[in-house]
Amino acid sequence: MRPPTGRIAGAVLLAFILSGCSGVQSALDPKGPAAVELARLIWFFTVLCAIVWVLVMGTIAAILLRRRQRRSDPLRIDQPEERMVSRVVISAVGATAFVLVALTLLSFFANRTLAGIGENAGLTIRVTGHQWWWEVRYENAEPSRILTTANEIHIPAGEAVRFVLQSDDVIHSFWVPALHGKLDLIPGMVNTLTLRADKPGIYRGQCAEFCGAQHAHMATLVIAEPRAEFDAWYAEQLKPAAEPSSDEQRAGHDAFLNGPCVMCHRIQGTPAGAVTGPDLTHIGGRQTLAAGTLKMTRGNLAAWIADPQGIKPGSKMPVMDLDGDELNAIVAYLESLK
Amino acid sequence: MSSADLAPKPEGILDTELDAESLRHRLAETWKTQSGLFGVLSSVDHKVIARRYLITALVFLCLGGLSAVAMRVQLSGPERGLIGPDLYNQLFTMHGVTMMFLFAVPIVQAVGLYLVPLMVGTRNTAFPRLSAFSYWIYLSGGVFVWVSFFLNMGPDIGWFAYVPLSGPEFAPGKRADVWAQMITYTEVSSLAVAVATIVTILKQRAPGMSLDRIPLFVWAMLVTSFVVVFAMPSVMIASSFLILDRLVGTHIFNPAEGGDALIFQHLFWFFGHPEVYIIFLPATGMVSAMVPAFAGRPIFGYLALVLSLIAVGILSFGLWVHHMFATGLPKLGASFFTASSMLIAIPNGVQIFCWLATLWSGGPLRLKTPLLFVFGFFFIFVAGGLTGVMLASVPLDLQVHDTYFVVAHFHYVLIGGSVFPLLGATYYWFPKLTGRMMSERLGRWHFWLAFIGFNAAFFPMHIVGLWGMPRRVYTYPVELGWGGINLFITAGALVFFFSFVLFVINLVWSSRHGETASENPWNAGTLEWATSSPPASYNFARIPVVTHSEPLWAERKALPVAAGLRVDAREVLISTVAEAKPDLREKSARPSIWPLFAALSVGGTFLGSIFTPWAVVWGAPPIAISLIGWFWPKGAPEDEE
Repeated sequence: MRPPTGRIAGAVLLAFILSGCSGVQSALDPKGPAAVELARLIWFFTVLCAIVWVLVMGTIAAILLRRRQRRSDPLRIDQPEERMVSRVVISAVGATAFVLVALTLLSFFANRTLAGIGENAGLTIRVTGHQWWWEVRYENAEPSRILTTANEIHIPAGEAVRFVLQSDDVIHSFWVPALHGKLDLIPGMVNTLTLRADKPGIYRGQCAEFCGAQHAHMATLVIAEPRAEFDAWYAEQLKPAAEPSSDEQRAGHDAFLNGPCVMCHRIQGTPAGAVTGPDLTHIGGRQTLAAGTLKMTRGNLAAWIADPQGIKPGSKMPVMDLDGDELNAIVAYLESLK
Repeated sequence: MSSADLAPKPEGILDTELDAESLRHRLAETWKTQSGLFGVLSSVDHKVIARRYLITALVFLCLGGLSAVAMRVQLSGPERGLIGPDLYNQLFTMHGVTMMFLFAVPIVQAVGLYLVPLMVGTRNTAFPRLSAFSYWIYLSGGVFVWVSFFLNMGPDIGWFAYVPLSGPEFAPGKRADVWAQMITYTEVSSLAVAVATIVTILKQRAPGMSLDRIPLFVWAMLVTSFVVVFAMPSVMIASSFLILDRLVGTHIFNPAEGGDALIFQHLFWFFGHPEVYIIFLPATGMVSAMVPAFAGRPIFGYLALVLSLIAVGILSFGLWVHHMFATGLPKLGASFFTASSMLIAIPNGVQIFCWLATLWSGGPLRLKTPLLFVFGFFFIFVAGGLTGVMLASVPLDLQVHDTYFVVAHFHYVLIGGSVFPLLGATYYWFPKLTGRMMSERLGRWHFWLAFIGFNAAFFPMHIVGLWGMPRRVYTYPVELGWGGINLFITAGALVFFFSFVLFVINLVWSSRHGETASENPWNAGTLEWATSSPPASYNFARIPVVTHSEPLWAERKALPVAAGLRVDAREVLISTVAEAKPDLREKSARPSIWPLFAALSVGGTFLGSIFTPWAVVWGAPPIAISLIGWFWPKGAPEDEE
């Protein structure tokens, strides 16, 4: 009965174990205290459940192998054997109840540990879900130090950060597996999640609640950096957009401001101030485009502006009627906005 | 009424007056389904209706399976462009909707509709016309949603259709309305069957079938039917509120106007979690029927199993929030639902242990195909139940919720827990339905391919879920390294799909050329095996009297029978709820075309209401007319009293 599936299961299990060190989006590769706690919980439950499963399968093997007498009357019950079986069944139920109580308590205390992580968060980041990108706003008591960006979230490594999660349209779910479990962004509600990245690194996350056509392309990158680097990045981001420095960039700047782009996007330091789409003030400095759909390269930027509906069908970015020169100029300008 | 009222009445011919031959002849004349199109459309025989249900559900299984294959091909590699997001989102919605509402619930109810009257020893279900009506409603709902799909109007909001994504602002067009009304159709039909099943079980049991002699499958159907009655209205409220928001401009789910988006999830899962048990409990009943037959002994722990069924039925209403752990509910409340979700594992564990105890202490096991599927069920369902324990933990769930881990979990539970027993049950009861055995050879091939294909397809999903792959994505990037494992999953899914092709071939071939089956080919102990295979339209020539929970094992010579029913009119014996003492004779409904007309007018109203609320007004007169026709007094004595 078992050999073929046994082998498959074995191979799969091996792949499972090897995966521990792969992947920037794996719950099994935790990089922060919350995810570490959760990974520990996952492994503990998995091992315990596997033991229970093996015990049940062992019983089934024993049933299949057991030699027995033909019974002439199906209704005749061997009473002493029945009593013995009853005792085994009752102990099995008792053991089940014991294991379940233990797991419930374990789960409860793990939840408390998670709640304890966020007690002294310094930084508050408001993440607003949109179909299909993330608006990221760094809160600050001083209005001039409030920063708005999109899709990439820089955080100082080793510090607890509070995420305030909300949505402008449908329900989304913010999930960066290497750092913490997921939490929904629900219109009309505000949820908060506190997490910490222990080490500098780039951790990928992805929307985890079905949110429509492009749910598959709604990723985010959490970039944890040492405090000094984070502060430098923050200061840079607060500055208005770089002035165009070449003719092509200047042409792009003009085409952007005179074209349909300004209907949705903002570039600080220019008259473009719409907030329907992602803020582009420092788009050239980001690693990805269209919420993790493409890597940020000049070619991809051009492809995205020329054919957003081919790359991300259903996305809210319309196809614009741009000629080749305009397109190249806009790409050159946006790319320069580091 | 006391049994004294059963004293012979003057009118009509009673079965006491006839010999066996002419009794069968007269009964067949009284209970037969008329020939011709009109006769076919007005049949109220529970076996005929159930067979239609079974075949229709099988067609929807194929459609649901094909949509799964299409999705698996698209996901077999990263960034594949075979199916775009628009079609993919329709496909996964159609897959879920079809499998849950058009396959799983109807098919378990259909098995119940076929078997319950036979198992309790009566001639028809309590509300034959209501059962006929429910089939037509189910059929029109299923056709409606699939025709919509082929018109590019298929719902694309997931089988759960969360607002605001399904609301007026984010789901323009008619797709979400199709979802909402499809729910209404199928819920009406399953409520109708549930009510008929409950009354059949409580009031039409053969004399002597006291509560402690009811077959476990019948117990399972009783509990399931009660769960249906309490759970289904919740989702109908959700879908009706949704259609009000969409069609009439209410703001029930609109937070901007003081509505609440989360309440939809509560309503949906208050139904959605019991729904899982609506699918699973009848399957446990099937296992409880097959295990004693193949072990050759009565079930171990009958009382414990009945109490477990009832406990699961009640507890199933107390765990819906574990589908909503990621919505940011208060932590203490969420922990309560962890505890309740863990708790339901205990009665389920009791069931598993009792079956294993039965198999352990029985006679030599006959490893026929039905029993193979039962062992497959143990293998898969226990694993699925254990991952369910993992999901019950709030913190753990935050990592795996809405990932492929959950997809793996519920396919282990639903396919392992329900489809495998259902397949075993098909091999087991096929001879009763058709008078022919299914091919054992093909059956074994089917089992092994299904077993290997299933595990190859769904086990790796646990892993890719932990690696971070969310559900309901139409593609994924190369860099995340999920390509290889997804290709493997797709290969497994194809093997699994192919096993069902073998199954259908086996069904068709065996129904024509299978070995002829006797009345009781498995030497089982329950009443359905006391009638001919296939059963006559009147089920039993004389109503059996039950003296034991396994009547055919206790009365090996001949089953004692009750007498005194009319044979020239449709009569069933009504018995008391607890002890099943004969109580009174009751007319059973004659064939009627009105249930079909009623279903057509109700269905037309549902369909029209997608386009205008006035459809409810215009639909009312035809519904009223068909109900008047349906209930028109027939001049029988009791009608005139």
